[in-house]
Amino acid sequence: MSSRQPAAEPVAADLAVHVRGVTKEFGRGSAATWALRGVDLDVPSGELLMLVGPSGCGKTTLVSIIAGTLGPTAGEVVVLGEDLVAMSNGRKVRFRRENVGFVFQSYNLLPALTAAENAAVPLLISGWKRRRAVEAAADVLAELGMGDRLAHLPSELSGGQQQRVAIARAIVHEPRLLVCDEPTSALDAENGRITMELISNIAVQPDRAVIVVTHDSRVYSFADRIANMEDGRIELVEVGPRA
Amino acid sequence: MLWIAWKMLVGNRVKYLGIVFGVVFAAVLIAQQASIFCGLMSLTVSQIRDVEGPGIWVMDRNVQFVDDVKPLSDNDLFRVKGVPGVEWAVRFYKGIARARLEEGLYEQMILLGLDDATLVGAPQGLFMGSVAGLRSPDAVIIDDAGYRRIWPGEPYRLGRTFEMNDRRAVLVGITKASRTFTSFPIVYTRYSQAVLFAPPERKVLSFVLAQAMPGIDPTEVCRRIDERTGLQALTRQQFLWKTIDHYLQKTGIPVNFGITVLLGFLVGTAIAGQTFYLFTVENIRQYGALKAMGASNWTILVMVLAQGVQVGVVGYGLGVGLAAVFGWVVKGASRLAFFMPWQVLAITAVAVFLIVIVASLLSIRKVLVVDPAIVFRG
Repeated sequence: MSSRQPAAEPVAADLAVHVRGVTKEFGRGSAATWALRGVDLDVPSGELLMLVGPSGCGKTTLVSIIAGTLGPTAGEVVVLGEDLVAMSNGRKVRFRRENVGFVFQSYNLLPALTAAENAAVPLLISGWKRRRAVEAAADVLAELGMGDRLAHLPSELSGGQQQRVAIARAIVHEPRLLVCDEPTSALDAENGRITMELISNIAVQPDRAVIVVTHDSRVYSFADRIANMEDGRIELVEVGPRA
Repeated sequence: MLWIAWKMLVGNRVKYLGIVFGVVFAAVLIAQQASIFCGLMSLTVSQIRDVEGPGIWVMDRNVQFVDDVKPLSDNDLFRVKGVPGVEWAVRFYKGIARARLEEGLYEQMILLGLDDATLVGAPQGLFMGSVAGLRSPDAVIIDDAGYRRIWPGEPYRLGRTFEMNDRRAVLVGITKASRTFTSFPIVYTRYSQAVLFAPPERKVLSFVLAQAMPGIDPTEVCRRIDERTGLQALTRQQFLWKTIDHYLQKTGIPVNFGITVLLGFLVGTAIAGQTFYLFTVENIRQYGALKAMGASNWTILVMVLAQGVQVGVVGYGLGVGLAAVFGWVVKGASRLAFFMPWQVLAITAVAVFLIVIVASLLSIRKVLVVDPAIVFRG
């Protein structure tokens, strides 16, 4: 049922994420704190990997580095075949725009935009015309069962509905890596289950890897693999029930 | 993305109105105070502007502004006439006379004496009586505001009399005239009559009004008059600006208005800048999310600037609009000077632009340094 993460090896073609020896230090001198202490992790395309562990164990730091929003102190980070460590900031911005979708714990929807407009944001960032982007976002929202809430503002939606809008926003531009940070922590059990069903049924695709950061044990059943983190390291990678 | 910026801005109505209020406050204060300042400056030169016809004013070399009369001798008129390039030259009297009204009240008046033969400098806005009536004995024309000042609430009536220097003056006309800085009534009469109305002095000729011959530059004629007579000759425009310069340099008017304008600018910047900054801080996670999703710093910069420009345009429009409405209302209802030339609009636009830039800079710094990883911190 469980297996140790293999040692460093050549990056396989179907690996969406390949992380080796990644460390991250915050602060300097005596105030320095090590958030990651040498992490090795591979995530193949088509897999839903859950990063679990207690608060402060480094889950969010690791996922931020994999998503390209944070740089490591040391180590190797290859995502979708691109070396993020060697990448310039400008290139990283383009990389995220084209390849990464995000689902945030607190949704981070723009309060002044409707559900369809919020879901269209990644397309607008990529330069799509507004009308076309909103139409494409509306199609994705309809697929997520939000077809009757397209014109609603976030304040007019329940937490579960807002998270569905966030999922639509995360996949509307068809990214090859989806990063979800505590997507169910602000939801009740039923909405949490629905959210994870949507992520595992719709977001997971053969050419897309999904990483979910969570410590909500109720949703572990949706994972292909579960990586347990402890004190800045991945202690154990288990095969999940979905595999 | 500009559309998102706009929606973010107007979506938070309280903050949006707060930022716009700051810009409107500054724009109103700057435009209104600058317009009153221009109005006051305009009053100082109204008598130069109202004397239509002659292009050249000749005066004593030490005259600093239009009300600074230093009488010339009658010979000076002929010396000016003798300067090559001068087509014609006439006398012009300007002074203050004390009038005794029918009711026994006294009133200070600005007395203008026009050349007897040509009546050069006669008022152009006569709406009762005629300029030719000035040729009658003791005849005077008074300005509309002056009539209403000395006979308040009474209907316009020609033939009314009052006394100046114990001599009877008979009203033969009422004219529209620009208000003066002192707001005294303006009385027009013939030069020969004016010297009788005025307190006795050895020399009474205030100015010589002259015209350059066609085809000769008036500035060149002024130079020749200066050179040959030792008098000071100025074109109408030069005299106008000399008078304004005097008020700018020798009075506290610019400083007083400047302080108010500066305060408006500072307070407007503080309100708009602080509210805009708070708006940005409130939305910092949204900006972080946009950056995480692939919005570049340049895109974010353009978004914040676009928000600033949008606030600036709305605030400027409302501000100068309100200032203009204020001017329109008070101009009719009171004697407050108000003049809003295009330069006031331009200065206000520059001030609003600076306010928007300062306000945006505070916010731009905040959003540019925000780490996109902020969105992963619960």
